[in-house]
Amino acid sequence: MKNLKTLAGAVALSALMAGSAAAADMTVGFSQIGSESGWRAAETTLTKQQAEQRGIDLKFADAQQKQENQIKAIRSFIAQGVDAILLAPVVATGWDQVLEEAKDAEIPVVLLDRQVDSSDDLYLTAVGSDLEHEGEVAGDWLVKEVGDKDCNVVELQGTTGSSPAIKRKAGFEKAISGHDNVKIVRSQTGDFTRTKGKEVMESFLKAENGGQDICALYAHNDDMAVGAIQAIKEAGLKPGSDILVVSIDAVPDIFLAMENGEANATVELTPNMAGPAFDALEAYKSDGTEPPKFIQTESKLYTQSDNPKAIYEEKKNQGY
Amino acid sequence: MTLPTTIRRVLPQLVALFVILALNTAIAPGFLDIAFANGRFYGSLIDILNRGAPVALLAVGMTLVIATKGIDLSVGAVMAIAGAVAAALITSDHSLAATILATLGVGIVCGLWNGALVAFLGIQPIIATLILMVAGRGIAQLITEGVILTFNDPGLVFVGTGAVFGIPFPVILWVAIGIAASVLFRTTALGLLVEAIGINRRASSLAGIGTSALLLAVYAASGLCAAVAGIVAAGDIRGADANNAGLWLELDAILAVVVGGNSLMGGRFSIAGSLIGAMIIQSVNTGILLAGFPPEFNLVIKAAIIVVILVVQSPASQTLFAFMKSRPRSEEDAAAPVREPEKEAAR
Repeated sequence: MKNLKTLAGAVALSALMAGSAAAADMTVGFSQIGSESGWRAAETTLTKQQAEQRGIDLKFADAQQKQENQIKAIRSFIAQGVDAILLAPVVATGWDQVLEEAKDAEIPVVLLDRQVDSSDDLYLTAVGSDLEHEGEVAGDWLVKEVGDKDCNVVELQGTTGSSPAIKRKAGFEKAISGHDNVKIVRSQTGDFTRTKGKEVMESFLKAENGGQDICALYAHNDDMAVGAIQAIKEAGLKPGSDILVVSIDAVPDIFLAMENGEANATVELTPNMAGPAFDALEAYKSDGTEPPKFIQTESKLYTQSDNPKAIYEEKKNQGY
Repeated sequence: MTLPTTIRRVLPQLVALFVILALNTAIAPGFLDIAFANGRFYGSLIDILNRGAPVALLAVGMTLVIATKGIDLSVGAVMAIAGAVAAALITSDHSLAATILATLGVGIVCGLWNGALVAFLGIQPIIATLILMVAGRGIAQLITEGVILTFNDPGLVFVGTGAVFGIPFPVILWVAIGIAASVLFRTTALGLLVEAIGINRRASSLAGIGTSALLLAVYAASGLCAAVAGIVAAGDIRGADANNAGLWLELDAILAVVVGGNSLMGGRFSIAGSLIGAMIIQSVNTGILLAGFPPEFNLVIKAAIIVVILVVQSPASQTLFAFMKSRPRSEEDAAAPVREPEKEAAR
C-alpha cells in the first residue's frame, strides 16, 4: 500500500518535473534530526529561509531523533526523484546502504553539521563547523584582550567526554599556549547547562579568593556562561569587567548579556549550514564543480562592539 | 544512652556528614569561612545548604512515598513541568501569587496522577511513576516550546536567589517544609498509618486505614515538593530549562533517602535523616568542585564515598558493630575492633 503511494507520488512528480525540466530551480529533500535543541530549531528555520530566498523547493522531513525515520525519508526523496538531498545524520553509522541507493539514483547528498562513518565517495560534501577552531577563536580573543597582563582563566567544560567539550578545550589551550601570562587555573564540567554553570562558578569563586584571583571565564557554551554570570553578580563582582566572559555558540540570550556589558565575546556556531550547502549544490549542478569533501563554516567572533541588541532581535526569531 | 531517640536515630548520618565536612575543610582551606556580603551570608557551607535545596525538597516527598513501600521516579520531570508552568505564566503577565498557586496546583495534579495509578489501578509504583518521568519532560518542552523560557519577575527570582535575614530563601524553604512535614506526620497518627501501609497494605486496609486516600496524599505531597523544587530551580537561573531542570535529580533524591538511613522496603521513615542525607550528597558534590580534580573523576569519587557510607550503614556492618560492642574489652587487642569494619568495606 505504502509502496503504491510512493510510486504514485513519484509518477506524479516526474510528470511535473518533465514539464519544467528547463527551469533552473531545484527540488531538495532535507532530512532533519528533530528539534532537540534551540540550535537545531534555528538550523531548520534558516534552511527553510535559505531555500525560499534561492527559489529552491524544499521538502522537509523531521526524523524525531530516529535513524529509521531518516532512512525512510531519504528513500522517499529518492522515489520522488529530488535533485539533491540534505542530511543531518542523527548517528554516524549505518548509512552505507541508503547512501548507495542515492548514488545509484545519481542524487547528490550533502551532510549538514554532523559526519558519517561511510566512505566519502557516497556523499558530495559535508558542511560543518570545526569545534577545535571555535575554541581557538575564543582563546585568540582572550590573548589579544589581556595583552601582557597576567590572567588566570577558569574554564567551564561541556559534558565530560562529549566531542564539543574535548575539542573546544583543545582549541582554547592551543590558542593560549606560548602566552605564559594566560593560564587555566581551574577547569570543571558544567554539563552545558545554566544550573550547573552557576553552581560550578560559585565554587570557582570560593576556591579562588572570592573571585579576586580570576581574570577571565571561558565557557564551552553560552548557557553555562549565562549561569556563571549570575553567580559572579551574586558574589558582588562585575561580570564583563572584573571577570571577562568568553563563550561559544552565539545563542540569543548571550547577546542580551553583552548588551548589558556582562559578557565580552562569543564565537558563533552558525545554524546556517544550508547556505554553503546550497552554494555547493548550485555550482555542482550548473557546471559539475566538485566541492571539497568538507566545507568549514565560519566561526565568527562577536563582541560588545558588534551591536548585540540588533543581533539579539535578529536571532530571537530564528527559533532558538 | 542519654541522647534522645530522634537524635540517636540519625546519629550515623550526622557522623557521616561531619566526616565529609572535615574532609572538605582539609581539601579546601577557607571551606568553613562565612562572610556577610550583599545582604546575605556567603561561603561554601551556605552554598551546600543552598545548592542542596532541590534535592532536600524532593527528599521530603520521596521519604513519605518510600515509607509506603513506593517510589516516585517522576519528581525530576515534575520539576521541569513546574518550572515551565511558572515561567510561562509569569511571562504572560499573571500575578506572582496566581503563578505560584497554579504551579503548586500542577505539581499536586501530577502527584495525584501517580497516586491514582498506584492506589486505584494497583500498578507497581516504579512503573506508574516511570510513565510521568518519561512523558513529563515532553510536557515541559511543549509548554516552553523547546526554548529556555527566561523571565525577570523579581518575585519568582527571589524564590530561587533571594535571602531573608541573610539566609538564602531556598534554604528557608526546605528547612520549613521539612519541619512542617515532620510535625504533621510525627505529632499525629499520620506517620504511623503511612508506615503501616509500607509494612502491609492489605492488613492496614483490613484494620480500617483508608489506604487509597493516604497513598493519593503521599504522592500528591511528593508532587507538591517537586513543584516547589521546580520553582526554586527556575528562579535560580531566571529561566525554565525543560531539557535539563531536575534531570536525574529523582535518583539523587532516592539516594538522599537511603543515605538518610531509610529502607526502600518502607515501613519506617525519618524526614530528618533524609534531609541530612541530601546535605551529605551536596557536601560531596561541593567538595569535589572545590578540590579541583579533573571532571572525569567527579562521578567515581562520588560513587566511592557513597559506597563507603552505605557499607558502614548496612545491616551486616551494624550487626558487626553490635557484636564487637558486646564482646568484653579485655579479650581483644584495642586496635582490632577498629580494623574490622575496614575489612568489611574492602570486601
